[in-house]
Amino acid sequence: MAKKNKKQIRLISRTVLLLIMAAIIVYAITSKDRVKVLAEGDKAPDFELVDLEGNAHRLSDYKGEGVFLNFWGTWCPPCKKEMPHMEDMYKDFEAKGVHILTVNVGEPKVKVELFRDDLNLSFPMLWDKNKTVMDLYNIKPLPTTFLINPEGKITKIIKQGMSEQQIREYLESIQPK
Amino acid sequence: MSNIKCQCGHENPYGTELCEKCGRPLSEKAKKSDIVDMRYEGSSRRSQTYKSSIVDKIWNFFSSVKIGVSIIVAVLAASAIGTIFPQKFYVPATTDAEYAEYYERLYGVVGKIYYQLGFYDMYNSWWFKVLIVMLATSIIIASIDRVVPLYKSLKKQRTRRHPSFMKRQRIYGEGDVENTEEALAKAEEKLKELRYNVKTENGAILAEKHRFSRWGPYVNHTGLIIFFAGVLLRGIPGFYVDEAMWLREGETRNIVGAPGYVLENRGFILENYTKDEAEEVFGEALDKVGSIVKTYQTDVTLYKEKEGALPGSDDLEKMQDYSIVVNKPLKFNGYNVFQMDYKLNELSTMTFHLVNKSTEKSLGEFTVDLSKPEKEYDLGNGSSVKMIGFYPDYDGVKDGEPYSKSPVPNNPAFIFQMKTPDKPEGERSFVAIRQTLEVEENDYAVKFASAETRNISGLTIRKDKTLYILLLGGLIFMIGVIQGSYWQHRRIWVQKDAEGHILVAAHTNKNWFSLRKDLDKVRESAVLPAYIDRQDPELDKQEQEGDEK
Repeated sequence: MAKKNKKQIRLISRTVLLLIMAAIIVYAITSKDRVKVLAEGDKAPDFELVDLEGNAHRLSDYKGEGVFLNFWGTWCPPCKKEMPHMEDMYKDFEAKGVHILTVNVGEPKVKVELFRDDLNLSFPMLWDKNKTVMDLYNIKPLPTTFLINPEGKITKIIKQGMSEQQIREYLESIQPK
Repeated sequence: MSNIKCQCGHENPYGTELCEKCGRPLSEKAKKSDIVDMRYEGSSRRSQTYKSSIVDKIWNFFSSVKIGVSIIVAVLAASAIGTIFPQKFYVPATTDAEYAEYYERLYGVVGKIYYQLGFYDMYNSWWFKVLIVMLATSIIIASIDRVVPLYKSLKKQRTRRHPSFMKRQRIYGEGDVENTEEALAKAEEKLKELRYNVKTENGAILAEKHRFSRWGPYVNHTGLIIFFAGVLLRGIPGFYVDEAMWLREGETRNIVGAPGYVLENRGFILENYTKDEAEEVFGEALDKVGSIVKTYQTDVTLYKEKEGALPGSDDLEKMQDYSIVVNKPLKFNGYNVFQMDYKLNELSTMTFHLVNKSTEKSLGEFTVDLSKPEKEYDLGNGSSVKMIGFYPDYDGVKDGEPYSKSPVPNNPAFIFQMKTPDKPEGERSFVAIRQTLEVEENDYAVKFASAETRNISGLTIRKDKTLYILLLGGLIFMIGVIQGSYWQHRRIWVQKDAEGHILVAAHTNKNWFSLRKDLDKVRESAVLPAYIDRQDPELDKQEQEGDEK
């Protein structure tokens, strides 16, 4: 009896140790980055930025509605290419509860204003002068677009320019039901 | 898997080589050998015992020293291969496709394979992580499997050992002496004097010293495992930060890797030694190289988001002003911000004159701050210059428009609208460095007058909560090494056998020379039979004969 008991304890302790090591392997492989990098399915972190007119926008202001969050720079050709398409759809989708917010990555304000006036853009252009939100959302390539659904979850991260058709589909995907 | 019962009556676990109590050889191999294998006291390593379930099989795999060594060799080989081509970190690319292209373009097919196998980012490749965790598993399991039986058998060992055990020791002697009782008593006294732990059991002596040195390797492995755990913690967000950022003079920026903190660069200072102040020390070197840097310094102001403020808001509170110099980082909340690099003389402001082209008379001047340009510059007396276009890194015309390839003011260009009392509707002019373009002939022109530059500080941001864990691991590792290296576990057995002969045997895990010295000292005061070191018999014979003369 005692012997059987001992054998059982041995089996359990061996199994536990091996499982711990296996868990460590799984963890080590799946955790790619030292800093928390946002992924699809994560909750979009809240922020507060002012637009070119000085109005403050908080992401949480748009709770219950979809947010198409686009990070861009004036020097980036694909950013410039996709903006007129966004402008075309902006008013339509605003009425349907999907907001287009664009975040400029801390360029001089005048430069951003010139860009906006040049392309006749009317959606809010938030100005991330300290690059805080850019770092918060781990922005590497430009443009990068986050689709945020009415529940505040990131449903998709697009790290390249988008065609008119794609933009429409993406906007529709986060439309409140 | 039954136990083995020794003749002395002790039950030994299956796989035991030498009886835990009396030391009789139990296995065929041990019975046949002249000198018995004393590793782990001939105890049964648990891995060799049970091979029933899959768990036991995996356990046995990791328990093997051969497997452990193979894993180490694999890690070393992989690490060596990882140095052949540059790691991802040093490659100027951002997307996977760019990396793939880079390695293939520069190193051909080999480069492509190197990329595909993950050698280009080795520390993050799944197989390298698997190898490291396997190594840790091997260390843990192999250690547990050896230290437990070793501890048990050293604890259980009896003072009187069976003659068959004594005879199979490397150092062994037997013979008759006139007064056995006296010899044993003298030997005991001397061994105590030599600071051995002496145990006696009617006519048998076991003298033991520094048993703790046997635990050295296991203490060492514990340290190593703690070290591994520390390294593993680095992968968990919040424990370890190692980031770099450029911060221009006058710029305020979120600190990379330190959410909630913002840093302003109030100025970068690069100071050289002057000949007067450092003549004695650097005089010769100054003559040779011209200049020696005295200080790299960034004056900064640290801000923190106010409690409850959202990232990106202007709701900041000033924490402190500080001057970062080399090796004197800005410290806050576990973070260190180090002075690491610098770039000098990036364009920061440009001053222009608005001039009448025919009279060359200036209507006034204005200064454009390239990081904060204004929409319109009023020159007074009815003249103004309006900014219509700004291209900080002008790189020619693309699709009929001037194009800026980056936001960095490397080659600024502007389109100005000049309003003057003569031309109230305004004239347009494109102005770049050493270039002015006009759509139609203008009466006025914007002429470059002067420029100012600013410097950029390269800062690194570090935070390492694992440092003390690594330190602790390293410390325990070293204690283990010292414990195992500078002490040796020595044992001397002296006993009277059934026929009244005196048997002497001795064992140590290393430094046999000192053990023999100890034994020789015992033999000086007690009459004991001569012994031989059976791995070096000739040497001993000579020495002991010499003693006896």
